[in-house]
Amino acid sequence: MNKGSCSLLKSVIIKNELGLHARAAAKIATLAGRAKDKIWLIKDGEKVDASSIIDILSLGCSRGTEITFAAESKTDFDLLRNIVIMAENGFGE
Amino acid sequence: MDLGNNFNMPDNETNKEIRLNGVGASPGICIGKAYLVDKEGVEVVEKYFIDRKNLDGETKRFKAAVKNAVNELRSIIENVPDEVRRHTGILETHVALLKDKMLYDKTIETIKNERVNAEWALKKVVDDIKVMFQNISDSYLKERSDDITHVSDRIMKFLIGSEDVNIGEIDKRVILVAKDLSPADASQIQLDKIMGFITDRGGKTSHTSIIARTLEVPAVLGVGNATKTINNDDTIIIDGTTGVVIIHPSGQTLAEYKKLKTRHEEHKAYLSRGSHLKAETLDGLSLQVMGNIELPEEVVSVLDHGGDGIGLYRTEFQYLTRSDFPGEDELFDKYKDVVEVMAPRPVTIRTLDINGDKAISSSNGSDEANPALGLRAIRYCLKRPDIFRTQLRAILRAAAFGNVRILVPMISSLDEIRDTKKLLNEAADSLKKERKAYNKNIEFGIMIEVPSAVIMADVMAQEADFFSIGTNDLIQYTLAIDRGNREVAHLYHPFHPAILRMIKHVTDVGKEKGIKVFMCGEMAGDPFNVPILLGLGIDELSMNPQSIPAVKNMIRSLKVEDTRRFTKEALKQTTTMDVIKLVEASFGEMFGK
Repeated sequence: MNKGSCSLLKSVIIKNELGLHARAAAKIATLAGRAKDKIWLIKDGEKVDASSIIDILSLGCSRGTEITFAAESKTDFDLLRNIVIMAENGFGE
Repeated sequence: MDLGNNFNMPDNETNKEIRLNGVGASPGICIGKAYLVDKEGVEVVEKYFIDRKNLDGETKRFKAAVKNAVNELRSIIENVPDEVRRHTGILETHVALLKDKMLYDKTIETIKNERVNAEWALKKVVDDIKVMFQNISDSYLKERSDDITHVSDRIMKFLIGSEDVNIGEIDKRVILVAKDLSPADASQIQLDKIMGFITDRGGKTSHTSIIARTLEVPAVLGVGNATKTINNDDTIIIDGTTGVVIIHPSGQTLAEYKKLKTRHEEHKAYLSRGSHLKAETLDGLSLQVMGNIELPEEVVSVLDHGGDGIGLYRTEFQYLTRSDFPGEDELFDKYKDVVEVMAPRPVTIRTLDINGDKAISSSNGSDEANPALGLRAIRYCLKRPDIFRTQLRAILRAAAFGNVRILVPMISSLDEIRDTKKLLNEAADSLKKERKAYNKNIEFGIMIEVPSAVIMADVMAQEADFFSIGTNDLIQYTLAIDRGNREVAHLYHPFHPAILRMIKHVTDVGKEKGIKVFMCGEMAGDPFNVPILLGLGIDELSMNPQSIPAVKNMIRSLKVEDTRRFTKEALKQTTTMDVIKLVEASFGEMFGK
């Protein structure tokens, strides 16, 4: 990770019964796609591009997994927050 | 029989009974003729190199195929029959997947870098993606690689130009046999033509199984070699309960399964008849059993499962999926949809239960150390009357179209009720001035989910028309337990004696003050809790739609008299475990049914 990406981190535990599935991943990717710079999703030290559904799915985040979102740019902080709130609310399920 | 035909196998061979095992993905039994849907042509992918000068053309060909695939999916989504409309969400996801970087950008990159044809580039990218999925341990998430297969098959179809069997055009009642059914395939099916599903791939959590269960037709999935073993028009039995498929059943087997089928259908009919019956105890007390929803589409599910109304309509969704705030008309449209469909049954709209984290601009940048105890729900709404007013106006307007109740979350003091009512009156006045249709004669209720509201219930009752106990938060706040914290989650239980006493206090106040007490937390949806809730005197239970039939069934098999006597004993218990044991000892045999 480069220096900039460490400053804006937020963690959340996946609550959904089926884990971070395709529809939830699609919701994250849509929001992350609006970011100015990259938003990363990190699980157990593995880091993927949060604007790709496939990348997110490939992490296989089941229920109870702790994941961290990281924004590279301060301007994307609100977006990061919204993604986290959405995750905390179980992606509206 | 074709005894004289040399090309046929001997009769006893042809018609030998064959049993295949798979995953019982949707229960029930059906007997019928097979109809094979095969997707040949997509499997073999040719590889050839592209001239440098033709690379742009090849990229364009790929982009066109994706565009066609997107258009095709969109038109499928528009034409989905109502019965499966709830499941089109996954198709929307497929539309998004078609343009996903990992698939779309990578394929174009591969075409350019390796100078290969689009088909080969796509196959290579998809194969790489599948490798990533192989290491996932969670079985449901692992199966998500199916979604990627469906999406790439769809693009491939347009690249190669192979013909799909159009399963929208099946003209007789059949058992559908396929290698796999994508959600798009499944949603094109004419339901009245399909008796059951058999597929080579897929499992309990695959989309086909969800669809089959929604449609209540039997399905056996993950059979492995069904499409190779079964021929068109073969006579087949599907037992979706045990996961068995029988091809060419013998006369004896047929008779046996016909009997089983009748028995299964009788049981199913019994349950579904039951779900629409009143939830009335053996000694004649009837309860309202309602559904909790988050999206307007879920109303269908509540009605299907025999719900008497909506006991909790969570309204956060429209706020969470966007970065700004939704407008009044947008909210009104959604509320009205629900209210109109449910009328004259009640729809309990809970006002925004969100925390202050929902920042529209960077102005609200402070992080809360303790969000559960922070600026959320009614506290947030009262601090942001502009946002709250928009919602209150939308609710009052929707109330003109049916039976609406308003429910305010996180009330911890009387002032909050008064302030909310003041805003509600102002909202009504402003609507009157603007000559908009609205209805202000609606029941006003509060959530009882903070211990202070329990203790002050007698005071709160003077300002509220009903109480709704939100057990999830009430337990969290009373026992000081964060369920999301794995270290302490095991301490969380609705049968903690403190919780039972609190509920008792609330229902006692309700009786004394003549106001109704509802419950809409998870505690309400478990048949195991029903005896105690009946005994405590809860007037209405609201739960996930799928839980409604079982809870109704439980209510109908109890006597209020018994539950009251039992609850008296339960309230004397001093530990959670003692309460659980007492429930098991008193009603245990009923849960086994």
